[in-house]
Amino acid sequence: MPIAVAITVLVVASVAFHLFSPWWRTPIASNWGSIDSALDVTLWICAAAFILLNLFMAWALVRYRHRPGHRAHYEPENASLEKRLTVWTAIGIAGMLAPGLAAWGKYVSVPKEAALVEAVGQQWNWSFRYPGPDGVLGAASVKYITPDNQLGLDPLDPFGRDDLLVESGDLHLPVGKPVKVVLRSKDVLHDFYVPEFRAKMDLVPGIVTYFWLTPTRTGTFDILCAELCGTGHHEMRGKVVIEPPKDFAKWQSEQTSFSQILAEAPPAAMSILLLKANACTVPASWSNR
Amino acid sequence: MATTLADDLRPLHHPHSWVTRYVWSQDHKVIAIQYSVTAISIGLVALTLSALMRLQLGFPGVFPAIQPDNYLQFVSMHGMIMVVYLLTALLLGGFGNYLIPLMIGARDMVFPFVNMLSFWFYLLSVIVLVVGFFVPGGPTGAGWTLYPPQAISEGTPGHQWGIATMLVSLAIFVVAFTMGGLNYVTTVLQARTRGMTLMRMPLSVWGIFTASVMGLLAFPALFVAAIMMLFDHFAGTSFFMPMMQSMGRVTPTEGGSPLLFQHLFWFFGHPEVYIVALPAFGIVSDLISVHARRNIFGYRMMVWAITIIGALSFLVWAHHMYVSGMNPYFGFFFATSTLIIAIPTAIKVYNWLLTLWRGDIHLRVPMLFAIAFIFTFIHGGLSGLFLGNVSVDVPLSDTFFVVAHFHMVMGVSPVLVIFGAIYHWYPKITGRMWNETLGKLHFWITFLGAYAIFLPMHYLGILGVPRRYYALGETGFIPESVHLANEWISIAALIVFAGQSLFFVNMIWSLFKGPRADPNPWGAASLEWLTPQTPPAHGNWGAKLPVVYRWAYDYSVPGAPRDFIPQTEPRA
Repeated sequence: MPIAVAITVLVVASVAFHLFSPWWRTPIASNWGSIDSALDVTLWICAAAFILLNLFMAWALVRYRHRPGHRAHYEPENASLEKRLTVWTAIGIAGMLAPGLAAWGKYVSVPKEAALVEAVGQQWNWSFRYPGPDGVLGAASVKYITPDNQLGLDPLDPFGRDDLLVESGDLHLPVGKPVKVVLRSKDVLHDFYVPEFRAKMDLVPGIVTYFWLTPTRTGTFDILCAELCGTGHHEMRGKVVIEPPKDFAKWQSEQTSFSQILAEAPPAAMSILLLKANACTVPASWSNR
Repeated sequence: MATTLADDLRPLHHPHSWVTRYVWSQDHKVIAIQYSVTAISIGLVALTLSALMRLQLGFPGVFPAIQPDNYLQFVSMHGMIMVVYLLTALLLGGFGNYLIPLMIGARDMVFPFVNMLSFWFYLLSVIVLVVGFFVPGGPTGAGWTLYPPQAISEGTPGHQWGIATMLVSLAIFVVAFTMGGLNYVTTVLQARTRGMTLMRMPLSVWGIFTASVMGLLAFPALFVAAIMMLFDHFAGTSFFMPMMQSMGRVTPTEGGSPLLFQHLFWFFGHPEVYIVALPAFGIVSDLISVHARRNIFGYRMMVWAITIIGALSFLVWAHHMYVSGMNPYFGFFFATSTLIIAIPTAIKVYNWLLTLWRGDIHLRVPMLFAIAFIFTFIHGGLSGLFLGNVSVDVPLSDTFFVVAHFHMVMGVSPVLVIFGAIYHWYPKITGRMWNETLGKLHFWITFLGAYAIFLPMHYLGILGVPRRYYALGETGFIPESVHLANEWISIAALIVFAGQSLFFVNMIWSLFKGPRADPNPWGAASLEWLTPQTPPAHGNWGAKLPVVYRWAYDYSVPGAPRDFIPQTEPRA
């Protein structure tokens, strides 16, 4: 009966592996505890099914092994048993789906008071943009990009002038404040992924995507790209610093705004920049507001 | 009663020479073997690529020949070959071709010439695929999902020619599949022998039949996606290409949608999972029933489950896209439809277990593989609930949890069924018996080794280790122990890799030196074991077609002299 023993041992070993292996979720740093609990509920229901079904199989393999003179039982179907199993399965499924959908309900509803920050991905680094005092991100598009305007802000959009730009630096966020992270890609697909936040979302060129979170503890965390984006995918890293609101305000006051960049740009660069904007057309994208 | 082909043998195109018998053959059994040998050969390439990937992940920096570019090429080609060119081709082109006519009592497929063309187009698609390894820049490194814009823009290996050969090869594959699939569907519907009603067909045929119908509906989405991307690449269209930058320059494209491709891809890609799984479900049902000497439990429920899974699988594709940036409200619908599909799937698992229950279980090699399949499929099916459950998917998507899940559920599980099926039908196909000791050794290495590879990966994924990473580098949340785990996983993978040689040695050696096999060594009740010759001759049935009087699962019927009653035995 080596196979029955093997099945039993694998079940026990899987449970032991779960309990004793050093690999589990990173300590959470956001409000998405509801995602963790939905995962836990799913895990417990699935673990029960895994253990029960496999141990039943191991038992049946021993109990009904071939022996001389032994004959199988002929029973084409057993409708009531099948019905009961279907109902119990449906209950188990509903039990894990409910917390899953409830957490998703929160995930898709951004709180009104959420602050705004933009993460911009390109092969293979991250940049960030804050809306500035007006709380509105100015229009942006890849067609406005020049060497002095790497994030492609529309130079004619007044809402963009006070935007704070962090190119290839760290993202800073105040602890305890909800924030909507809007995502924009300059080239291919990327994915903004901080394991400790649990949340993630793809960056899709041509559209603006988003997710939201409330950071719940201070610290510095890795930002990874989680959507294959070419040869440098594994090296597309950034850092996010979660700090007390006071430190955050201080850090923010040291950042450069778009109008500062415009003011410091040499005239030649400025004319290229304005040429891209083609002053006769209406600013193209208002979608970030 | 179903319409049957005449007993007349004359319409068959009997081969006149070695070439028409073994090369340009129209015999479904020869075509099945041509399909299988081609699929397994290209599968060996994919297996080798996986070994190279594991060398890099387990021992980063030790093999300087593996660079980020070719690592991504290994990832992409491994995935695409395994899913499409090995599993789909082997289960439908191989097993579908061999089993359908024999199991339903037909002399051949209804369109033998189209069947032959199907194989040659498949071979052509494999050749074009292989050509991709030798074009400038090498094969595509865009991942098997081939997501634009990166698949055709700078910064991705093979973005110039590799992606083109890949897309052309896929388009040819779809043509080949369509010819094969139309044949399988029509043959099942039109060529069943007298008495073979739909509800008397073995579940293998039900699985292959439903998968073929699904393939005919799903592959066109892949086909148009491939053609549209070829246009974007070579003709300057912007189906999938928005206004964007590529390596610092604004591209001339504008207005296309990368998400459109993802919808098309997964509208094919999710049914594709079940196109692979349903034949495996069907085949494993038959293996379990035969070797447990017991009727498959709840046959009617099993048939319904197969068809319901087939239909529902067209309503769940966007669960691959929860964090893709599509409208997030879709998540509610797709999570619900995805978890509902777990119910018919669970019923299938219960019925396999209940077939073992009160059975008379013979633990021969094919049965061992079937049992191992139940174990890995339970594991992989359950981990799928995590990923289907929308919010739970958010932290897990694009991590090693996904890699572990889909390898367990649609890599290891169907491959275990394929091994079981080859051991099961080998005596009928070749007329010889394989070596039991080698078979068992192969089983234990494959089963235990595969679990050792993929169980730890789930936990790396829950920790947050991302997939498709050439190297993990210095990352704060990844402890040193993860590198150790990667080493162990790679060692297990290399052992499993090497262990497969036992299978090939056994199969090839037995082909020439194996003892002559009994025509029905397992005492099975279904038609394919009742052919007048073993291996079956062209035309399968000699002068007269068999007549069927009962279902394929009359095992251990009370009062019967033997513990099985062939389908051809009249009712008392």
